[in-house]
Amino acid sequence: MSSQTPSQTVGPFFHVGLIRAGQELLVSERIRGQRILVQGRVLDGAGAPVPDAMLEIWQADASGVYNHPADPRRAQADPEFLGFGRAPTDPNGEYQFKTVKPGRVPGIDGQQQAPHINLRVFARGMLIHATTRLYFPDETANDTDPVLGAVPDPERRSTLLASAVPGEDLPTYRFDIVLQGEKETVFLDFSL
Amino acid sequence: MTRRSALDWSVQPPYLHEPYRATVLRAPKNPLILLPQSLSEWTGPLYGEGAVRPLDNDLTRNATVNGEPLGERIIVTGRVLDDAGRPVPNTLIEIWQANAAGRYRHRRDEHPAPIDPNFSGSGRLLTDKQGEYRFTSIRPGAYPWLNHDNAWRPPHIHFSVFGTQFISRLVTQMYFPGDPLLALDPIFNGVPDEEGRRRLVASYDHSVTQPVWALGYRFDIVLCGDRMTPFEHRG
Repeated sequence: MSSQTPSQTVGPFFHVGLIRAGQELLVSERIRGQRILVQGRVLDGAGAPVPDAMLEIWQADASGVYNHPADPRRAQADPEFLGFGRAPTDPNGEYQFKTVKPGRVPGIDGQQQAPHINLRVFARGMLIHATTRLYFPDETANDTDPVLGAVPDPERRSTLLASAVPGEDLPTYRFDIVLQGEKETVFLDFSL
Repeated sequence: MTRRSALDWSVQPPYLHEPYRATVLRAPKNPLILLPQSLSEWTGPLYGEGAVRPLDNDLTRNATVNGEPLGERIIVTGRVLDDAGRPVPNTLIEIWQANAAGRYRHRRDEHPAPIDPNFSGSGRLLTDKQGEYRFTSIRPGAYPWLNHDNAWRPPHIHFSVFGTQFISRLVTQMYFPGDPLLALDPIFNGVPDEEGRRRLVASYDHSVTQPVWALGYRFDIVLCGDRMTPFEHRG
């Protein structure tokens, strides 16, 4: 075993190396599935917007397949859909992605997971990124999702649920990420 | 049974490290929820050769306008390995850095040092089949920041590495050997473990140095996780 290389902050100037136009768009014409917008704000422990954060998302396609060899169903994956996106926050701490709604993904031990988007936040002032998941409201599958089930406190669990924004052309989901404080988002870690 | 995180938290920095002031309001206070990995963590974005262009790995040539960038030419090379010591081939590395004067080409960088019109400070590369990477650049300068009185960041190059899984993602900084600013830097010293800090410092490698051209440095990177999937393990 070698010891891991430690993480260091992305700093305030990550745009130089990491941000390119179009990275927040996961969809193109030929991709299958329901287009959605995912948007929200990143907030700090004083409730102030974080204008220099970067979000990365990773998700399954509309049928719940990951475009990766570890997914035994990869042959059925939407070949045009990479499933990865990246967006910086703007001066108001806002971010937005356009993607497709992911399907259900197999869990471990035969359990099914509810549709979700895996999400990571990087920022100046974060020596290591924080990982969370976005779940969709009004999904019956949420009731039996193993990750949501691992957060017993309903108030904390609700930080993993996006809210639907009514009246938009595209189905739009709002998902704020609170780094610290009363409504702090649940952040996840994964075992060996 | 106690589960252990795939991230080695004896080496990885904590969220809250008060000497680095910006962590104070941005550090989550609740403990992370530790979960078993699923397909969502065993997978991650994969990139092929289309992800990089020929000059992306040469920062002395990828943004020239009317000449060469100023400063000391360097070659940085190394290997990307997984936790088990296996090379990670074909993985995307993104790098960014200040120019020789310590200035980023970024609208929010207000350090009164010159912009170099021939240097963008940004590059991309893929590791080869042996997990090796290599790029040419200019040694970045130190620059002041507002964290504390007379605070200076030691010269560094930012690295962003994907690996092959969601959990293998790493963003870090490479430092230069023998730098007196390292002992004073709260970001570098946010790493709790001495061996971990040592891992962030490149070594000078005279066999990488090219005569009459550029100085060579070696910087190996070890990612969290393991590129063999659980399916392969079980297989």
